[in-house]
Amino acid sequence: MILAARDIFFAYPGRPVLSGASLALAPGELVCLLGSNGAGKSTLLRIMLGLQRAARGSVMLGGKALAGHGRRQLARLIAYVPQVHVAPFPYTVLQVALMGRLPANGIFRAPAAADVDRVHRLLDNMGIAHLAGRAYTEISGGERQLTLITRALAQDARLLVMDEPLAGLDYGNQVRLLDRLESLAAQSYGVLMTTHDPNQPLTGCQRVALLNSGRITADGAAAAVLTPAAIHALYGVQVELLRGADGRGIAFRPARPDPVFNA
Amino acid sequence: MIEASSPPVPALPHVHLRWMAAPLLALAATLTALSIGRYPVPAWETLHFLLAAAGLVPMEPERYALLHNLIIEIRLPRVLAAILVGASLSVSGAAYQALFRNPLVSPGLLGVLAGASAGAALGILVEGNWLLVQASAFALGLAAVGIAVGIAHLFGGGSIIMLILGGILSGALFASLLTVVKYVADPYSQLPAIVYWLMGSLGQATTGDIGWAAAPMLAGIVLLCLMGRALDALAMGDDEARALGVPVTAVRLVTIAAATLISALTVSIAGMIGWIGLIVPHIARLLVGPGNALLLPAAASLGAAFLLFADGLARNLFTTELPIGIVTELLGIPVFLLVLRRVRRGWT
Repeated sequence: MILAARDIFFAYPGRPVLSGASLALAPGELVCLLGSNGAGKSTLLRIMLGLQRAARGSVMLGGKALAGHGRRQLARLIAYVPQVHVAPFPYTVLQVALMGRLPANGIFRAPAAADVDRVHRLLDNMGIAHLAGRAYTEISGGERQLTLITRALAQDARLLVMDEPLAGLDYGNQVRLLDRLESLAAQSYGVLMTTHDPNQPLTGCQRVALLNSGRITADGAAAAVLTPAAIHALYGVQVELLRGADGRGIAFRPARPDPVFNA
Repeated sequence: MIEASSPPVPALPHVHLRWMAAPLLALAATLTALSIGRYPVPAWETLHFLLAAAGLVPMEPERYALLHNLIIEIRLPRVLAAILVGASLSVSGAAYQALFRNPLVSPGLLGVLAGASAGAALGILVEGNWLLVQASAFALGLAAVGIAVGIAHLFGGGSIIMLILGGILSGALFASLLTVVKYVADPYSQLPAIVYWLMGSLGQATTGDIGWAAAPMLAGIVLLCLMGRALDALAMGDDEARALGVPVTAVRLVTIAAATLISALTVSIAGMIGWIGLIVPHIARLLVGPGNALLLPAAASLGAAFLLFADGLARNLFTTELPIGIVTELLGIPVFLLVLRRVRRGWT
């Protein structure tokens, strides 16, 4: 089932954000949406999730307009993984992950023992089974991110939309999370994530889309899309691409005229 | 990936034991409240009488008539009032704390208590009978929340922050209205009546009052308890709740409507009773955790027990009765300090 946004326009009062952005997500792929701060990445995600109405343009899921799916039905097809946040109440990790069963059960039915078992297995797959009884407010940012992903998986949705999943994670957790997302894509989940760091998708994503001036200016294999010229267009800084022994790009480095840095 | 055997669930079994505690406490408090007073009855005899009244065991007719007068006619209306008011304020407070994602919120946030107080004062000012005072308290309580919600929707698309601002404005409006009413009230008869009324008392509730208020209050309490799972999702954020398939706007409106209805009725029955709607949810959260499906019923039970206890103190501490609003505040502050250390867990 493919999620496709076509020709999306959106503006906040006095500030156009999206002007003709198109982006599609299919099961089995990991897509990084790259853009500068304020480029409208989150807005595009919210529109693709049906949380925000576009001024113009269409969002289709499985060939049907997004609005045509009921809210609860939609929650069983697409899951949203928000930026890591702190909840105001100390729900346990298990309680947070169990909220992923809401679309299946509805708000009035208590989760059954089978739901609890399922969520326990998912927590185990994520490597955080030992945190099940811990308060969500007292675990680390990386563990919270894994909890929210577990909740998304518990929704049974095949498409996962993630807002800045790597933000706020330490380097080790970033690498581990990207590997995990890669393996979810290999299990035929479709994962769309935003990021503003070009080095992460360079090595971690198969497909990269660039959002610039309200449009998707490039969309394709990471190696083809992520060039120093594209980065300059996106962020306005000169960079050079460092290559590994096999000739593949591994990192961008700011190209500074300053001799101190180029010595 | 490895499908390991499910690890033990650390949180749930305790909860199953613990969530019985609040209803049991409420039952014990009810029995105690029916027994104590100027003419104390041993708790076992109260229980005997209740069983006899239900037709389950025999009882000497003369003793039965005496106890019937004491327990059913004198004490029961007041005990029922305490149960309904305590449960209503506590469950509303717990629901609001989840809805507004803030553990420091109380049921008066959207102005219902300020509106109802002004309404009651207005009723007293126009020399209305008791029914008019109650009706006016109820109506202005609803009006205050209506204004708050109206402001939020007209100026801010109904967002949480605009709801809170709307509540502040509406609360201030009705607080100033109350001041106006106090200012023009007769300082020898009406003003003291208004002041005493605002201190709160369960003694003014009659069987008739309880009769008409009980059904909507129970309905509101049950409705809020049913919203528990949806409120958990809302506490995580609107976008997340929507993405989990929860009808956010509907849940928010139903919660506000139910909480407003029952909070306004508490003022109609018993005047202003503060603090309970803020602290009881915290005590309940210590007992059963933050999941609202368990928390809301636990808060209702604990609120009933808490107000029965406070009313017991108000009635029996001194020879003259203390206004219950004073007791809940004096009792509430130390209790809040006691639970604060545990409660703060997870606050940011």
